[in-house]
Amino acid sequence: MSKMITGAQGEWEIVIGMEVHAQVLSLSKLFSGAATAFGAEPNTQVSFVDAGMPGMLPVINKFCVEQAVKTGLGLKAQINRVSVFDRKNYFFPDLPSGYQISQYKNPIVGEGEVYIDLPGGDTARVGIERLHLEQDAGKSLHDQHPDQSYVDLNRSGIALMEIVTKPDMRSSEEAAAFLRKLRAIVRYLGTCDGNMDEGSMRADVNVSVRKPGGPLGTRCEIKNVNSMRFIAQAVEFEARRQVDLIEAGGTVQQETRLFDAKLGETRRMRSKEDAHDYRYFPDPDLLPLELDQSWIDEIAASLPELPDEKKARFMRDLGLSAYDAGVLVTERELADYFEDLAQGIDAKSATNWLNNEILGRLNRDGLTIVDAPVSAAANNAILAMVSDGTISGKIAKDVLDIVWSEGGDPAEVVRARGLVQVTDTSAIEKAIDAVIAANPDKVEEVKAKPKLAGWFVGQVMKQTGGKANPQVVNALLKTRLELPEEG
Amino acid sequence: MTLPASPTDFTLADAREAVRAKKISSRELTQAFVTAIAGARTLNAFVTETPEKALAMADASDARIAKGTMGPLEGLPLAIKDLFCTKGVRTTAGSNILSNFIPPYESTVSQNLWDAGAVMLGKTNMDEFAMGSSNETSYFKAVLNPWRARNSNRNLVPGGSSGGSAASVAANLCLGATGTDTGGSIRQPAAVTGTVGLKPTYGRCSRWGIVAFASSLDQAGPMTRSVRDAAILLKSMASVDAMDSTSVDVPVPDYEATVEQGVKGLRVGIPKEYRIDGAPPEIDAMWAKGAEWLKAQGAEIVDVSLPHTKYALPAYYIVAPAEASSNLARFDGVRFGHRAKGVKDMLDLYEKSRAEGFGAEVRRRILIGTYVLSAGYYDAFYSRAQKLRTLIARDFTQAFEKCDVLLTPATPGPAFAIGEKTADPVSMYLNDVFTVTVNLAGLPGISVPAGLTAEGLPLGLQVIGKAFDEATVLRVGRSVEQAAAFSAKPKAWWRAA
Repeated sequence: MSKMITGAQGEWEIVIGMEVHAQVLSLSKLFSGAATAFGAEPNTQVSFVDAGMPGMLPVINKFCVEQAVKTGLGLKAQINRVSVFDRKNYFFPDLPSGYQISQYKNPIVGEGEVYIDLPGGDTARVGIERLHLEQDAGKSLHDQHPDQSYVDLNRSGIALMEIVTKPDMRSSEEAAAFLRKLRAIVRYLGTCDGNMDEGSMRADVNVSVRKPGGPLGTRCEIKNVNSMRFIAQAVEFEARRQVDLIEAGGTVQQETRLFDAKLGETRRMRSKEDAHDYRYFPDPDLLPLELDQSWIDEIAASLPELPDEKKARFMRDLGLSAYDAGVLVTERELADYFEDLAQGIDAKSATNWLNNEILGRLNRDGLTIVDAPVSAAANNAILAMVSDGTISGKIAKDVLDIVWSEGGDPAEVVRARGLVQVTDTSAIEKAIDAVIAANPDKVEEVKAKPKLAGWFVGQVMKQTGGKANPQVVNALLKTRLELPEEG
Repeated sequence: MTLPASPTDFTLADAREAVRAKKISSRELTQAFVTAIAGARTLNAFVTETPEKALAMADASDARIAKGTMGPLEGLPLAIKDLFCTKGVRTTAGSNILSNFIPPYESTVSQNLWDAGAVMLGKTNMDEFAMGSSNETSYFKAVLNPWRARNSNRNLVPGGSSGGSAASVAANLCLGATGTDTGGSIRQPAAVTGTVGLKPTYGRCSRWGIVAFASSLDQAGPMTRSVRDAAILLKSMASVDAMDSTSVDVPVPDYEATVEQGVKGLRVGIPKEYRIDGAPPEIDAMWAKGAEWLKAQGAEIVDVSLPHTKYALPAYYIVAPAEASSNLARFDGVRFGHRAKGVKDMLDLYEKSRAEGFGAEVRRRILIGTYVLSAGYYDAFYSRAQKLRTLIARDFTQAFEKCDVLLTPATPGPAFAIGEKTADPVSMYLNDVFTVTVNLAGLPGISVPAGLTAEGLPLGLQVIGKAFDEATVLRVGRSVEQAAAFSAKPKAWWRAA
């Protein structure tokens, strides 16, 4: 779904590709045993390897490799049985060895694909070019001393997956949808926590413009786009800048630009000519990474159900709409919660309950699904009591409120508080008799105007503390008041 | 066994027996070497002497000997090349940039030696970052070769880069020493100091904790006064190491047990490409003599060809500097080592720290290495050098279809004078012409003293073997040693009066 930019010379198409850095979810670093926890005191999670000490050697962390393979499989991508770690050489104070170990010519994962949901229920395919493993650098701290910079190496050596797409996206919405989908996939897989605030997922966005159907234009790489919202802003700004530039007779220079979130604009960081010569070469400290097909097969067999498959199953087996299913699968936790909640319950009721009751209360309390105070199983129990007639839909909401704030087992709450729906006709008849006896005038009115039966229903429900089964009350009232069947 | 005149004249094997038989304590032995080292400072073989540590380690050894819990090298004093990181003991790599560096960790190889009971005498001088063939590039000044030509007072180089280790073994300042060999840095100094130097197969000894020069070529090995000693020392140095991904899990055999098995029935290849124009006639004569010795002991001599030999030196001087330019990037003055003062910004800090910290030869190789890896030059230089490397390795594989080991000269000449080749890097690089092929192919090679030149300077022969077949290399080396009956020692002109 292309969204054109209209310039003075007509329509322009935006072409977007992305490079996403996703931090591998792992307790230790890519080439050292040092820990990776976020927010630790500076330089407390640094091994001699991470600090680039003389004579230290990297040793590959098998778990990080497994995570990369898993991610590759999740992206339906080619897993390369042989890949090579290269050194990317440049000087920077937070790069202790003077080189970053990365994968250049032979990445661990090759071509794959991701499908993104577009408004209106359409989907679009975004090709994955490659995924490679690399080390993160440390962090320079410029705000700790008036005229010195400090370096924190906690992040140095943490495993990153760089995921590169083909230039397949045509609007900022598609770019944001891609990132959301990628985030969902890695979170389902448990290979990255997708936390953009903590920097565990960062995107560089390549933007160019062209006349529809024409050859690709010159692209600019926008660095440091750290939220979904900024992606849309950065793309829109940059595409408009390029169109204005071209239409004014200029040409787009291939360059790296930085997104300024405060001003909502991109500005030049360095041109192609200023680009580093990284002098890549295979790291002689590491042998080529060779994977057994059987190991890859084992990992493939252990993959969880991914969003696309889950959505298809929800639609096929539960009869959910594409929209409902799509919303439910955005977060694995939400989908899991839903599935537990919907166990044996009519899917539509379960969806409504989740959307109206659970998500509403979570929203009100500022909570997410993982901190929901009432478990999916407890909700399932509540809904089961509604469907077998033990409680009414109205009482169900009361029960939810009680267990939401006070905790406890829903069935026990219903029993202890006597909330069980009264279906015993003699008890209900007694209540009806009492209401009729007390309101002879109303009885006259209802006979003339059968619609007023609703008032009687309300009175009976009041008498029974809301526990009377409304259908039974309706039926009995009709008989006792001698109202016509269809009224 | 009779005790020698001085305990410092022991071979490692004899000292081991004397210590085990309690004919001498480790402390007595160690004290003799500590005294000898102090009396030989003229040679400048050590960057750092560690006499107190040595004596403390000797006492600990003596305590273990008393308890009967002896390691294979129990109480035996060794010298360690200053490229091996030693915990709490300054490790300089022969460079100003690391002149104040005290590692908080111990290299795997040196740790293996201490675990075997050995005693550390100190850290030996070397060419800066192991880049050199004469020990003249050391920030801590040149090492002098204990050997001098007959009737000459001219100071000669001990070879390099493991010049301090070679000189200290030749001058009986230790029972044995560790070296590292990237293009010949163990074998060439051994050859020109009349000592034995073994470069094991790449992957045999762990590189963990050894300051890296060229990672795909660097390999640690023993430097000793006899082939048997090299066999003993290698056994303790070698290990597969989970910390070094390029170390190889191949069992380490008991080399000493097979070292005397001789060469009967072995096929010894003579590669014709190792006959080079302009080499002194003594080199070829020594080589021919070596072949005759082995033939006389029952080996079959076969002519073989290693056709890509002439490309080895140029390929080496692309690959090694390329890796070095990257390996040495970490010396930036930010976290450890020399840091320039009075800098104006970050770039200035890098430039000044590195310009002050590195010597001319290291700077030259960083420049070469940076150049050959640069965009637009990578394919012309680095890629082609790697292809040549493959061809050179294949040459050896094909030669080993016809023979079990190769016999070659170790160096193109004997020790040269201090300052003689410093003005011409290419003539200096030519010192490695016979050794560098072995590193490019990752094979084991040993240099064994074979005789003296007319001027009375030692020459070595090199035995090259198949990968991980150090046992055969040592056997053949032992046969050369036996036939050569090399017993000459340098006159101790350096000894303090």
